[in-house]
Amino acid sequence: MLAVAGLRKEFGELVAVDDVSFALPEAGSLAIVGESGSGKTTVAKMIVGLERPTKGTIVACGNDRSKPARSASDRRRRGREVQIVFQDPYTSLDPRQTVEATLDEILRLHHGWPKERRRERVRELTDLVGLDARQSRALPRGLSGGQRQRVAIARALAAEPRILILDESVAALDVSIQAQVLNLLADIRDETSVSFVLISHDLAVVRQLAEETIVMWRGRVVERGATGRVLDDPQDDYTKQLRASVPRPGWKPQRRSVVATEEA
Amino acid sequence: MSASRPVAGAATTAGHRPNAALLQVERLTVRLPVEGAQREVLRDVSFDIRGGEALGLVGESGSGKSMTARAIDRLLPAGAEVDGSIRFDGGEVGSLTGGDLRRYRGLVAMIFQDPRAHVNPVRRIGDFMTEALRTNLDVPRSTAERRAVHMLAQVGIEDGERRLRQYPHELSGGLLQRVMIAAALLTEPRLLLADEPTTALDVTTQAEVMAILHDLRREFDLAMLFITHDLELAAAVCDRTVVMYAGQIVEMRSAARLHDDPLHPYTAALAAARPDIGQSARRLRAIPGRPLSAFEAPQGECAFAPRCPHAVDECRTGVPELVDLDGGRSRCVRAGELRGRLGVAAGD
Repeated sequence: MLAVAGLRKEFGELVAVDDVSFALPEAGSLAIVGESGSGKTTVAKMIVGLERPTKGTIVACGNDRSKPARSASDRRRRGREVQIVFQDPYTSLDPRQTVEATLDEILRLHHGWPKERRRERVRELTDLVGLDARQSRALPRGLSGGQRQRVAIARALAAEPRILILDESVAALDVSIQAQVLNLLADIRDETSVSFVLISHDLAVVRQLAEETIVMWRGRVVERGATGRVLDDPQDDYTKQLRASVPRPGWKPQRRSVVATEEA
Repeated sequence: MSASRPVAGAATTAGHRPNAALLQVERLTVRLPVEGAQREVLRDVSFDIRGGEALGLVGESGSGKSMTARAIDRLLPAGAEVDGSIRFDGGEVGSLTGGDLRRYRGLVAMIFQDPRAHVNPVRRIGDFMTEALRTNLDVPRSTAERRAVHMLAQVGIEDGERRLRQYPHELSGGLLQRVMIAAALLTEPRLLLADEPTTALDVTTQAEVMAILHDLRREFDLAMLFITHDLELAAAVCDRTVVMYAGQIVEMRSAARLHDDPLHPYTAALAAARPDIGQSARRLRAIPGRPLSAFEAPQGECAFAPRCPHAVDECRTGVPELVDLDGGRSRCVRAGELRGRLGVAAGD
């Protein structure tokens, strides 16, 4: 469904992503784990088309998307292949558009359906993500953070993408709301053939949603495998450190010996 | 680090008794202007912090955990109405003014979730770090800078002289948060109010910052109010934990037992809702609805009842008292009856 090979991104002198490769089957789920500066978000942006790779290829649904789209129809096709949900839904939603209008616009743009069919699909989508009729007619500012994130997920699904990228999509949510959104995502994973790419620093969230995991550190993949294996029996030193940093009963936080290397 | 710590000021030496509460919060109620009306954000909050103790304050949005810290440091927004009492070392905090209030804020220092929102971006780290010493405590600049460099070394920043000349944007989030901690400690506080200080940091940096706080607390006999949404983090680094919901305390418990053996259904629900790093569940046990502020929650009954899987008619007949139970306290009329049935391991 998605094949990334030899992906590299340079920003001037800085190599943000270095020789990253992975494949994601239909209905599969892959987590890209790492901390700030690991390159995980840059990989997501290159898959969506918000950054252009310096080197390497990205093939989604059989179509190469490492080069810029050539036309509006090319861009729309790409939108039906890959959609992304960001961490902060507030900044990615139009403040003047109701939830229904937001979804309707996507349906018109991507599918060109008549009004009646769009209305029906808007209702299905809002039902799927658990928004009631009042919330569907609300503007983003009238919704809570969890509700806005549901809108962002519904909007991504409206394009009927084959691949859904979740870039820290549940990180900013309250624990009780995060569980609701994670359950919603699990339902979508189980009931559709959408493939998931989960970008996250939260290893418990990764365990819950992703079958496969790759761990990135300073632009490179340092470990990959089935999520359970990577988390229960990490092989790479960085993965081990990451795993040991997660608070748990009896946890003793460790001071690192090397602090000075964190930045130039 | 030097062996002993200089005496911080009159206020600390006067009433320092071992085992006595350093901070006493009693029946604290706070109302704020929200959409044109005074609305309750904290309701009847009482707790103590002993010298050197780490108390966790856990809750979701609207629980009042940050507002509690702001009330303690007298940093509430304009128009806030405060009832109840906050005493530090026996003295009433609400009556402090001018220089006394500034010195109090040196003794009860605060660190925030987003250090960048609390530093002036066009001022150098050195100016920011030494400001309180120079202006409130009349320490000469050269002495203040020497102490700043020394404190930076304490938080793992070795090249302090260079850092003092840098601007905030030249430092990463983790490094800047260490600078904030060092700055807070320069006034030799007895109590640190830490409001989600590691939430914006990477997990390995969080571990580093928590380790630094742990070392410094021991070294300086520093008490800490640690505010977090993360039950597991609170359980790992605090002595006792207070759980808040809708502006009220719903549970108080030794941190070690809070997670596995909660006394209140909300604490149990919070623990069960988090995904488990050790295994994936088919579905998480989500809590229906969303967290409420004190003024949104139902009045005259248990605030958590509408979301609680254990709620019965009795829960809706009045606001439950915070009652002693098994070495902790719980604000639940069914707490005794539900003993041992709320833990994650016990299932439900």
